[in-house]
Amino acid sequence: MGPEVTSRQIGAGATAPALLLRNLSKTFGGAHALKSVDLTVGGGEVHGLLGQNGSGKSTLIKILSGYHEPEPGARIEVFGRAMPATRGPGEFRRFGLAFVHQHLGLVPSLSVLENLRIGEFATETRWAINWRRERQRALHTFEKFELDIDPDAIVADLPQVTRALLAIVRAMDDIEHNQDEHGGQGLLVLDEPTPFLPRVGVEQLFALVRRVVKRGASVIFVTHDVDEVMEITDCATVLRDGAVAGTLVTRDAHRDEFVERIVGSRVVPFHMPQRDVESRPADIVVEGLSGGTLRDVSIKLHHGEVLGLTGLIGTGFDEVLALLFGARPAAAGTLTIGAQAYAVDGMTPAAAIRAGVAYLPADRLGESGIGGLSVTDNGTLTILDEFVRGGLLNRSAMAARTRAMGEAYEVRPNVPSLTLDSLSGGNQQKVLLYKWLQKKPVLLLLDEPTQGVDVGARQKLLMAIGEAAKAGTSVVVASTDYEQLEQICDRVLIFARGEIISELHVAEITKDRIAEQCYRSMTLTGQSARRYNHLQ
Amino acid sequence: MNMLNSGDFADPVLLAYEARLAELERRLREMEAERQPRRVLDKASVVGFAERYALIGAWIVLIAIFGIISPTYFLSWISFTSMFSSNAVLVMLTLGLLVPLTAGDFDLSIASTLVLSSMTLAILNVVYQWPAPAAIAVAIACGVLVGAVNAFLVVYFRIHSLIVTLGTGTFLQGIVLWISASETISGVSPTLINLVIVTRLFGISLSFYYALALCVAMWLFLEYTTPGRRLLFVGRGRDVARLSGIRVDRVRALALLTSSVIAAVAGIMYSGMTGSADPLSGLQLLLPAFAGAFLGATSIVPGRFNPFGSMIGVYVLTTGILGLTILGIPSFVQNLFYGGGLVLAVVLSQLVRRRQPQSFS
Repeated sequence: MGPEVTSRQIGAGATAPALLLRNLSKTFGGAHALKSVDLTVGGGEVHGLLGQNGSGKSTLIKILSGYHEPEPGARIEVFGRAMPATRGPGEFRRFGLAFVHQHLGLVPSLSVLENLRIGEFATETRWAINWRRERQRALHTFEKFELDIDPDAIVADLPQVTRALLAIVRAMDDIEHNQDEHGGQGLLVLDEPTPFLPRVGVEQLFALVRRVVKRGASVIFVTHDVDEVMEITDCATVLRDGAVAGTLVTRDAHRDEFVERIVGSRVVPFHMPQRDVESRPADIVVEGLSGGTLRDVSIKLHHGEVLGLTGLIGTGFDEVLALLFGARPAAAGTLTIGAQAYAVDGMTPAAAIRAGVAYLPADRLGESGIGGLSVTDNGTLTILDEFVRGGLLNRSAMAARTRAMGEAYEVRPNVPSLTLDSLSGGNQQKVLLYKWLQKKPVLLLLDEPTQGVDVGARQKLLMAIGEAAKAGTSVVVASTDYEQLEQICDRVLIFARGEIISELHVAEITKDRIAEQCYRSMTLTGQSARRYNHLQ
Repeated sequence: MNMLNSGDFADPVLLAYEARLAELERRLREMEAERQPRRVLDKASVVGFAERYALIGAWIVLIAIFGIISPTYFLSWISFTSMFSSNAVLVMLTLGLLVPLTAGDFDLSIASTLVLSSMTLAILNVVYQWPAPAAIAVAIACGVLVGAVNAFLVVYFRIHSLIVTLGTGTFLQGIVLWISASETISGVSPTLINLVIVTRLFGISLSFYYALALCVAMWLFLEYTTPGRRLLFVGRGRDVARLSGIRVDRVRALALLTSSVIAAVAGIMYSGMTGSADPLSGLQLLLPAFAGAFLGATSIVPGRFNPFGSMIGVYVLTTGILGLTILGIPSFVQNLFYGGGLVLAVVLSQLVRRRQPQSFS
């Protein structure tokens, strides 16, 4: 076995550990999100927290911040002080905790200085602000962390990296500001700060983390990325299915030991029949697609194939869909459907639809459908022309069609005049899927098609997608739900840093293989490989 | 993190969870099968009916109150016919406003456009002795121009319509005062006056029937045409509309163009009603138009700007004012009534929409 450690070894110093969690559990509607988790973070330690989506990382962090309450019987101690389970918002500050989330919580249109002081302005009752003094204080803080940031710069103008650094410095400032109250050195929680950063940025961020630790604070570093854990952490805890799958001393561990613990092994419940689609003609071709995170991505899609796109968050796999559809501007690329070639950089949704493309975004009530309008209005929007009789819409035919579609897709309750938001998530998704399937698209782009959907609806949706593929529609599914990819895909492409880094074919597609490829992916890109070798 | 992402839990837990879900779903469907038909008929339909026709009820109550207080003046056919006729211009302006409102944009320049059109017509027809049809054509062209400028500024530069039309509206007021030298111009073509106010059908001037015809046309357009549906989707969710293949910018531009052209037509009717054009009085119509549109959104099709609701909304407001005027209450009451009416209407329409934030971005 690997260098497994017990909590006693880590927190064995004379002083109390920075964080001590015992028997932390949390259930949501009968499902266990966390099962009796123990975790110890020593003083001045960088502790990694690893795991797949849904492994319980976010729940753990949300319990720490007081957003969720743990089940009774849990013990949380911060620098030896017991922290009550029920806390008001922001009360964690009094215990010397600070959080930096992925979205950073900065106001882009304000200056660096204003962002730095936003917390104080919000809570203090002071009237006058001495800007000159505040600027001096800010410069002093930046100096302390060896950073060169202009306090008067507007945050929106800063590169992503500098914004992340600013958010971290602000959190540390917050900890030190409340020092009198908690007395500890502080515990900084970094909740996946790296996915959107370029490599240079990650290095800058790590340098700052090291300086933070040098000042005596502890850091919890939440991430998907095993390489980053290898590089920056002292210890790391892996969560799987809400339980601790192991805590390892990073220095003594091999990366594969982490991957093993992240992925685990599971039984496969259900599978779609295997088909040989790769001998069919590849009638849809994407070439040289760039934009957002993506760099020069090329994809061939066979007739009636279901292709999965996946990777860790921030790798760009989900951007392919929006770029192809013209929902977001692409920098370059061509999409060839049959004999017709389209420039992706000039694509608009209207043009994409004319070309036979359909796109179902992940944001159900933000981008796919309108909650306040009826099921009929939402379901018939793309095919309104079919209902025009003598220049006017035949409303009863629209309602009849909606009722018939609702019957076929088991929409419950099947009342076309209800507003879309009065349906459950699964039923909404059925309506929004058939909104597009009625157009019989040549290419169907689906972004997380079963996210937040109950089990029954999920099965129905996957079957509908399968049927569309059988009828000749080529389908691209972007998803981080590996089980779903295994169930419906003929082929899966795995992305890292905006590139396709591996491809799984019919027989190889299992949930575990996909997960393994995703978590190994970092070392397979050139840069990451160098980083990895460098560390050996 | 997605709690329903069942694959992330160990198998016994997952199976138990799925079994529970299946059981729950089965029971829900049973309950649904039992209750659905009855509930839809009973409670929902009664509440829905009350919501749809509450404004008409309020109108009847208002008429009854004034009728009891002052039966001789108020309950005469004459006072009603004159109210229907004289407020037809306001109805028309309100109907024009519905189009950008449905698309999620404000048009605060409609009243100024109305005055510009009315003044252009009067100057060309009276001062320069142009024949009425030519003067009318130019007046409508003014509306097209105003709408095009509004649309260009809103869509091309992505400025909020509220700001753009506030600016262009004030700008137009300046132009009107300039070209009219701040004076009322009277003596507009008698043919026009005949066609608008003098000729009556069932005692009501033709102006009312023009407004009614526009109302029916607008209702058909919004409910029974594909552009009408697209307009609605653009107003309710720009992203959804765009990702469903609707050319959002074009729809918004055409909506602003429509409101300006209808305002210009209303301006021609305004001249025909008074036989003149004055540079200021038409500006008073802006607030009532908004009040009528928002009040209308609480009725007939609750939660949505709709033509019949708006028409009723306008007449509820003007009935109130007519009644108060007959009772001899001073004229400042107009402002109280329209201003209060607008705020009340918006509050009511929010309640109907279950307090979802309105987005007019």
